[in-house]
Amino acid sequence: MSETRNLPEEYPRLVRPVAGRVVAGVAQGAAAQLRLDPVVLRLAFVLLTVVDGLGFVAYAALWMFTPKEQVPKEQVKGPQPGRDWGQLAAYGVLWLALAAFAWMTGASSGGFGTWPIAVGGIGALILWQQADPGRRQRWMTGAVKQVSTTWVRTGIGALLVVVGAIGFLAASGELAKARTGLVFTAVVVGGMLMIAAPWLASLVKELQRERTERIRQEERAEVAAHVHDSVLHTLTLIQRNAADPREVTRLARSQERELRNWLYQPKQDADATLAAAVRRVAAEEEDAHGVPIEVVCVGDCELTEGLVALLHAARQAMVNAAKYSESPVISVYAEVESDEVTVFVRDRGKGFVLDDVPEDRMGIRQSIIGRMERHGGSARVRTEPGDGTEVMLTMKRS
Amino acid sequence: MKTVRVLIVDDHRLFRSGVRAELGPSIEVIGEAEDVDTAVRAISELEPDVVLLDVHMPGGGGQEVLKRVLGAGSQVRFLALSVSDAAEDVIGVIRGGARGYVTKTINGTELTDAIVRVSEGDAVFSPRLAGFVLDAFASTEAPPIDPELDSLTQREREVLRLIARGYAYKEIAKELFISVKTVETHVSSVLRKLQLSNRHELSRWATARRLV
Repeated sequence: MSETRNLPEEYPRLVRPVAGRVVAGVAQGAAAQLRLDPVVLRLAFVLLTVVDGLGFVAYAALWMFTPKEQVPKEQVKGPQPGRDWGQLAAYGVLWLALAAFAWMTGASSGGFGTWPIAVGGIGALILWQQADPGRRQRWMTGAVKQVSTTWVRTGIGALLVVVGAIGFLAASGELAKARTGLVFTAVVVGGMLMIAAPWLASLVKELQRERTERIRQEERAEVAAHVHDSVLHTLTLIQRNAADPREVTRLARSQERELRNWLYQPKQDADATLAAAVRRVAAEEEDAHGVPIEVVCVGDCELTEGLVALLHAARQAMVNAAKYSESPVISVYAEVESDEVTVFVRDRGKGFVLDDVPEDRMGIRQSIIGRMERHGGSARVRTEPGDGTEVMLTMKRS
Repeated sequence: MKTVRVLIVDDHRLFRSGVRAELGPSIEVIGEAEDVDTAVRAISELEPDVVLLDVHMPGGGGQEVLKRVLGAGSQVRFLALSVSDAAEDVIGVIRGGARGYVTKTINGTELTDAIVRVSEGDAVFSPRLAGFVLDAFASTEAPPIDPELDSLTQREREVLRLIARGYAYKEIAKELFISVKTVETHVSSVLRKLQLSNRHELSRWATARRLV
């Protein structure tokens, strides 16, 4: 254990402050440690004192074992601050009232049964406050923080079981007989837990580290598998086809796209949303015709029947551009707005005169314009010889 | 015509020499750097007009270079050049102060154009960056904190849409019946909004996009 390491402020050692104390500053110091209001702890001590003097014993023990707070000399101004007699009187009166009430109702006639708990509790407190802050922090961060929810749940569960059992015994009138045994068991179990706690904590930490390591290894294996299946495979194919530049470009391009999708695109079901579907269609046509298709999508939505028709029309527009325009690259832009979806397919190829397209050519008239109109959308084709072609498809979102 | 002095910052030597070979005669490559430290030093020593900046590099990447150089008050202009087209990289480096973002698939002529444009103080948006910006500014329902910075004008939206559709500035000018200079003004103003808008949604949007 290195003593030099810097500990965060929130794990100070338990001390007894002098300023603002009522008796000896034990409650105030403990409250600062637990980040509670001192009043809560003072009341707790008073209440516990009513139970066979337990609070008194605990207080005395803590007083003995807790060092007084060291106040730097320059901060001390004037005489030592005295204790707050008014508050002390109030707590005293409260204790008297409670003790009288307990005595009259017989609630506090518990005999020696509570003393072992008192002793055990004081022992635990002593261990806790004497442990050096570093070790305490290790216990806390290693075991408590990361599994705290599970522990809290287990604790509450165990508490409920114990309460249930006590309730059952009390109801059947056996509680008085069983109590000595119960208290003995509690003390033994508590003591064993106290001894085993650091070991258990380190065990839990070890398990967590192993799990993290396993997850990391699985991740690495997945990456390796992906690189092997796709990238290495494509590199082999590229070497084999080195004599065919067109095929090499196509392979490299399709591998690049695949890797990009894997790295950067949100994982989505390719058939569920418009943006994913547009990317998929563009990828298929790019592979089929060897012309790069740049896709930009803004917004996204679920695919509907009308949008599937829009997708078919967009595919036909991409096919036309790839086959006939001689454009080096095709741009596809899909935008989803609140009421409609628009897709633009644009090339910078040779263009054509729309009216010159023969009546029997089905590509533009039927597969694009006709299809869009049948599904309640619209298609517009802008083209001029030498100036490229742009197909604009619009469909209302239903 | 005055040549533009360029520093290439990239950790791949092959890529640096490739870019060098591709650039047109109006560009003069005055140096190369391969990581954050050498880049910062080279920029202060050589004072280039434009820095071609790779996004992913050892030592903190392009954003670290931007932070250290622009943080020290330098006026040098950056054009980000990356294989990545992930939203968080693109938006991150633009918000870090780069005046443009192009992917490494860009050809030599287009890259030369982009460098000249950046050297003149204009912004360079790729179709994908335009798409990201439209998406980021549209994706929030929260009312803008500063309406002047946190939302795009109708005209800016139109310009961005045309960039996303693959139009060059000249073609956009023709389409909207405005001058190329006006197109450049609109794009620069979008860039300014992108850099200065302090709405957290922009960064959050970019990160969240990956995690969906």
